[in-house]
Amino acid sequence: MAKNKSKVNDLVVRFANVNGTGSASANYLFAKAVFRMGIPVSPKNIFPSNIQGLPTWYEVRISEKGYLGRRDGIDVMVSVNPQSFAKDIASVSSGGYFLYDSTKRLHSDLIRDDIHFIGIPLMEICIREYTDPRQRLLFKNIIYVGALSELLKIEFSVLEELIREQFSGKEKLIAPNLNALQLGIQYVKEHFPEQINFRLERRNLVGDAILMDGNTAAGLGAVYAGATVASWYPITPSTSLIEAFEDYCKQFRIDKETGKKNYAIVQAEDELAAIGMAIGANWNGARSFTATSGPGLSLMNEFLGIAYFSEIPVVLVDVQRAGPSTGMPTRTQQSDILNAAYCGHGDTKNILLFPSTPAECFEMVADAFDLSDSLQSPVLVMSDLDLGMNDHMSAPLKWNSDRKYKLGKVMTEKELDALPKYGRYLDVDDDGIPYRTIPGTHPTKGAYVTRGSSHDEYAAYTEDSPTYVRIVNRLLKKFDTAKKMVPKPEIIKSPQETKLGFLYFGTSAYASQEAKDFLAEHNIFVNAIRIKAFPFSKEVEAFIERHETIFVIEQNRDAQMRTLLINELDVNPKKLIKVLNYDGMPITANFIAKEISVDLKAHLYLSKESVSL
Amino acid sequence: MTYLKPKFHHPDLPKNKLGYTRKYYEGSLSTLCAGCGHDSISAAIVEACFELNIEPHKVAKMSGIGCSSKTPAYFLSNSHGFNSVHGRMPSVATGANLANRDLLYLGVSGDGDSASIGMGQFVHVIRRNLNMVYIVMNNGCYGLTKGQDSATADVGSKNKSGNINQFEGIDLCGLAIELGATFVAQSFSGDKAQLVPLLQAAMSHEGFALVNVLSPCVTFNNNTGSTKSYDYVREHLEATASVDFVPYAEEITTQYEEGETKSIQLHDGSWLELHKLAQGWNPEDKISAINALQNARKHHEILTGLIYLDTDNKELHDLMNTTDVPLNKLTQDVLCPGLEVLESINADLR
Repeated sequence: MAKNKSKVNDLVVRFANVNGTGSASANYLFAKAVFRMGIPVSPKNIFPSNIQGLPTWYEVRISEKGYLGRRDGIDVMVSVNPQSFAKDIASVSSGGYFLYDSTKRLHSDLIRDDIHFIGIPLMEICIREYTDPRQRLLFKNIIYVGALSELLKIEFSVLEELIREQFSGKEKLIAPNLNALQLGIQYVKEHFPEQINFRLERRNLVGDAILMDGNTAAGLGAVYAGATVASWYPITPSTSLIEAFEDYCKQFRIDKETGKKNYAIVQAEDELAAIGMAIGANWNGARSFTATSGPGLSLMNEFLGIAYFSEIPVVLVDVQRAGPSTGMPTRTQQSDILNAAYCGHGDTKNILLFPSTPAECFEMVADAFDLSDSLQSPVLVMSDLDLGMNDHMSAPLKWNSDRKYKLGKVMTEKELDALPKYGRYLDVDDDGIPYRTIPGTHPTKGAYVTRGSSHDEYAAYTEDSPTYVRIVNRLLKKFDTAKKMVPKPEIIKSPQETKLGFLYFGTSAYASQEAKDFLAEHNIFVNAIRIKAFPFSKEVEAFIERHETIFVIEQNRDAQMRTLLINELDVNPKKLIKVLNYDGMPITANFIAKEISVDLKAHLYLSKESVSL
Repeated sequence: MTYLKPKFHHPDLPKNKLGYTRKYYEGSLSTLCAGCGHDSISAAIVEACFELNIEPHKVAKMSGIGCSSKTPAYFLSNSHGFNSVHGRMPSVATGANLANRDLLYLGVSGDGDSASIGMGQFVHVIRRNLNMVYIVMNNGCYGLTKGQDSATADVGSKNKSGNINQFEGIDLCGLAIELGATFVAQSFSGDKAQLVPLLQAAMSHEGFALVNVLSPCVTFNNNTGSTKSYDYVREHLEATASVDFVPYAEEITTQYEEGETKSIQLHDGSWLELHKLAQGWNPEDKISAINALQNARKHHEILTGLIYLDTDNKELHDLMNTTDVPLNKLTQDVLCPGLEVLESINADLR
């Protein structure tokens, strides 16, 4: 049997469960306990497109160094799902542990001699301790958390505190849950008293961080931004975003005197109607948004085009999943970039924001409303399944108490009165952004017909070529203005001079930053830029200019961000090297480092010796 | 463009209670074919709004794509309009209405826009009982693409190219009643005397009001053999009753013999008077209304007038319990929970 030296606060634990058996809250309890011990933690759900019965996994990376991306290699597997035993055992790293329900004997074919097997008769204990079948099922999960916490030396007081918080208001459930934890702890104490090769120690490394998923943060961002109308169609993985919006609205948006709602949420008949409603509401002066994923974005194509061309604000959060077509609805990707950037037939360009953390989901959704109103154009917040549906350790949510909604150029009744002639699409300020009016503002001034057909500066239908060209060119000018308004990229400079660069965005940031450190340990130094928005600001252009070779790291097959950079900035394609992960699982640092080392060798930037990674 | 209307008008044109002349309710000059039924409907909308003393800027004109959907440019030039996406006007109108419940929403659509590409949205806007007037300018064909049959073309109807339609025509009124529409009327573009009071009643109705108007296409569907031609429609009209609309607080002046008239009071206190009501026919009873439509269909009659009315209903805002203040009037101090709340949310996530 392989022996590893005991590792502290650096491991990957994976739970293998059956979908729909209540394991999620037990697994979360484990992750949260690690977080409460001050150790950086990154849990990820790996779940099937299924409600009940299929295998589901929950993977927790624990990293003293604060790396929050996924990592290859499973150190401890907790498996209570015999369906996936074979696969689960095979996936444990050599020297790792396989903790399983030993009520039934493990088939001898499955035994590996390079890993440790820890059998706990979970079902047997449950049958002995509980009579209610539902309790037997649920407490089985808590018992393995107890057992695992004893093996890894999680402080019991932390678990106790979390249980008390979870069941505050349902105090009756506290004692049985604590008891179940103890059953697991006691079993390990009696049967596996030796310290295993991994353990956790309290640290002070999480600071004021929070543990939150991106969809909840984005939903809350929409509440803070003053969104009053949300229209949507259910689709994984965006559904929980609207649910979060609704939950927070119920808390903060019910009028205290009348009990009536200061918001409206409509579950539409399809995504076309969802975006149509959001556009209608924005046209009429209420902040409105929708959330969807790839297939929904495809359906919203035509409507985004009219919002772009007739200059109506609208915010859309695209929680991307693996495509094409239905693809893998419960797996992650960053593969809607090109469709989103140019969504709409004809010459259409949309503004995109790329959040990397829940704090940015919150902030960028709020920013999206300001940008959309200010620019009178759709703004798409490009989240993904990994960010949206998994809990992330994140900086706390921030809101400046002086912050005022930027509603853009909206004419008031007085302003219309003072104007000799109003023109909806006149470029008065030479920034490409015209002034809009909201229906009902003025009895005799400011009315016009909004249309997706060609129109002149006064919103009248036209097929006059010079007028058409003038209008679409002004839209380009507006897009230029947007470059100065969107969030600037984050640039991380290497202490060493280097001509190599990393370019990444969204959830590729976690693994990219880790890979960057890893390469530095091997004397390969890179500067990094994290893109936060499209159109690309001049900082992005300058970064690409400054470097000889840039690795563009993204999670799709076709290098969509790279294509967008080449198309928009006229970059020499040879400068931009593709680093692409598109298997549906969040990208890992190991993958990036491997890809890059192969490429560096191929391009002879470095001798073979220096890149033996 | 050459489509400019003269600005001058007679100084003594009659004014309504708001001091506006009819002219104030007009739009720009129509670019539809001469004799198009749709222009008569636009004129009826102008008349209805003028007589109802509606403030034009409190109206939002919503449409999809097609000949019919162009018309919002031809009436109420002092109202905002939204000529949206083909078949998707209902969703845009829904969003607009959710943003501001205080405006009057006039949706204009056609048979292609509603019964084919937009059928999904037509169905669901009715289900939600959105407070709007939904006017279908129904000519049984696709005018803008030169006369293809639409889904409301009757079986056996012959189009201009001589093709006989083989497919069942969709009856929008029957469908709307089935889906829970609370006001359903049918009329003919050539019958202004009936159309104007029906539009006024629809505008006064709280909830979804469908006004399906047969509006012959002079260019592509006015031939012999078509069941949507001027001649055919005139010959097969079967008015359910003559219709009077009496606004709130006005006296009913016309006298009819007792027993012949049915009066229905609308939400805003106005009255709809149905005179010489057809036998065995109750527009407040869904089953009776559907029977009447089915009978008319069987006998190749086109039933016009008020088909169905349910005054005891809840429109979307009431169903959703949204605030009485239009959502677009709510300000940041009401909408944003603020920093302190956010700090406590952060604390709960640690």
